[in-house]
Amino acid sequence: MSHIVLRHRDLPEISNLEVYQKNDGFAAFKQAVSRMKAVEVIDLVKASGLRGRGGAGFPTGVKWSFMDNNNWPHYVVANADESEPGTFKDREIMERNPFQFLEGVAIASYAVGANAAYIYMRGEFWQQAAFLDEKIAEMEKASLLGENLFGTDYALRIYTHLGAGAYICGEETALLESLEGKRGQPRLRPPFPPSYGLYGKPTVVNNVETLTNLPLIITRGADWYKTLGTIDSAGVKVFSLSGRVKNPGNYELPFGRTFRQLIYEQGGGIIDERPIRAIMAAGASSTLIVADDKALDTPMDYASVRTLGADLGSASVIVIDDTVSIDWVIDKTIHFFKHESCGKCTPCREGTYWMQHIVERIRSGSGVQADVDLLYSVAKQMQNKCLCALGEFSTMAVVSGIESFDKDFKKAVGKK
Amino acid sequence: MSLAEKHAAEVKKILAKYPPEQKQSAVMPLLHLVQRKNGHVDRHAMQEIAALVGITETDVAELVGFYTLYHDAPAGKLRLQVCVDLPCALRGADQFLAQLCESLGIEPGGTTADGLITVEPVMCLAACDRAPMFQVQGPDGIAYHENMTVDKTMELIEAKRKEAKK
Ligand SMILES: Cc1cc2nc3c(=O)[nH]c(=O)nc-3n(C[C@H](O)[C@H](O)[C@H](O)COP(=O)(O)O)c2cc1C
Ligand code: SF4
Ligand code: FES
Repeated sequence: MSHIVLRHRDLPEISNLEVYQKNDGFAAFKQAVSRMKAVEVIDLVKASGLRGRGGAGFPTGVKWSFMDNNNWPHYVVANADESEPGTFKDREIMERNPFQFLEGVAIASYAVGANAAYIYMRGEFWQQAAFLDEKIAEMEKASLLGENLFGTDYALRIYTHLGAGAYICGEETALLESLEGKRGQPRLRPPFPPSYGLYGKPTVVNNVETLTNLPLIITRGADWYKTLGTIDSAGVKVFSLSGRVKNPGNYELPFGRTFRQLIYEQGGGIIDERPIRAIMAAGASSTLIVADDKALDTPMDYASVRTLGADLGSASVIVIDDTVSIDWVIDKTIHFFKHESCGKCTPCREGTYWMQHIVERIRSGSGVQADVDLLYSVAKQMQNKCLCALGEFSTMAVVSGIESFDKDFKKAVGKK
Repeated sequence: MSLAEKHAAEVKKILAKYPPEQKQSAVMPLLHLVQRKNGHVDRHAMQEIAALVGITETDVAELVGFYTLYHDAPAGKLRLQVCVDLPCALRGADQFLAQLCESLGIEPGGTTADGLITVEPVMCLAACDRAPMFQVQGPDGIAYHENMTVDKTMELIEAKRKEAKK
């Protein structure tokens, strides 16, 4: 099957504007601006079943229809913060298929009546930002951005903006604060960005991969898109596969393929043919899934993964084998979240601090079973009390790790 | 010479990205500019940036503290930031960091005697399929180095040393 999002895998020169245009590039944007009303674009995207690829899986067209039409100007912001451990798909898209992504930004902007769009990129994507700036300049030169697009009175500018190293800036309201030149700390919600976003104006925030799906949905139609994937999760997803597999990398698959297919067929199986132990489906924010036959044969779509008590999230699949102990895994995830907690609310700020202390004691070999129980109870107490999802994410691997891999913790505290 | 005079073209380009009444948005790219040119952001630069975008020096200092890519103190000319987050660590990143530091005779977080290289452990850099990997933050911005070995890294550092002597 040919790729839809990772189209550069079939057309290696697609980052060249001429090549992109020869392959139907900007036909969708042109079609939308010159022949469709904004609301028709929104309806088509709604009908396609496209859901946000940034983690939450919210229906894209529905989000767009929430934009407050009594408050202008409107903005579109592409979320290119990509900082979830195990996630590296947006980077490949921007590096290798930049025009399809930029065309997606343009289509979203037209659909919600935005004349300016920002691409918020993690600060480490320095080279990628310079590259996108070049591509944006090429589009301006070719009159694909600017005033009077395709002979209409629609105008659009796209700007890149670099963050500076903070995972929390991937959370959409923290991202907007950061884009306004402030510390990246989440806002209280509601109001949500479609009513109160960038500079207090209605704003759509969409993930890079979500936006990159749009051009082909416009040209090929909603019905075509729905033939891919499952009823609950339409279309294709880019899975970032990492950890103890032979061939880590990005794999574009229709929703509904199993973990086994991803890990063993695409990923080549486990290094040295060792037994697999656990899967994290949504990066460091995941529940630790016990990798038994039932889990391996579970289809990767939003609804099915939920039956395992987990979430698909950004579909960043981290594979853990029998060379790894789970107390070490949660030591890593806790350190990440402790480092990235923005400090705005007490349960997350204090909770991640204490979890780090306790896990360090357990890992040092001087812990006792009461420490494991305490760690579990701190994580449990944090749940449902944090201002944003980061606090919640920090507890997922801890709680599921202790519940499902109790043996590892017994061993860790039995050392002394 | 002030920041706005010294880097007039770049400052102008940065300010043009945001609505004129939303100049505060420019604080992030201006901080990147100073970080890149000076290797860190000192109080004087914070004052200049604050004045350019119409916020207080304290506001700017808070941002420098909040974001990991801005540094308020000088370190090695090149910051070699090794990812040791979970996916990379599953592919040997911790050992890579330890061996690299040993080869350089420094501790993680330390700087080589010639002041060229500071090695720091960092969180995921969106390159998890190409571990061990690091980024180099320095006067030319940020560059990724992926699928690295200690030998290849030492060669890279030697090349940077020669470059620095020129
Ligand atoms: C802590 C945290 C980090 C997040 N990081 C990202 C990210 O790096 N990229 C992203 O697209 N969404 C991220 N999200 C989700 C965004 O808040 C938001 O839901 C998403 O950008 C919406 O776009 P979508 O509907 O196209 O998925 C994060 C959420 C949280 C709570
Ligand atoms: S949960 Fe954590 S990251 Fe989210 S607002 Fe609270 S302190 Fe900040
Ligand atoms: S974990 Fe190292 S780049 Fe993602």
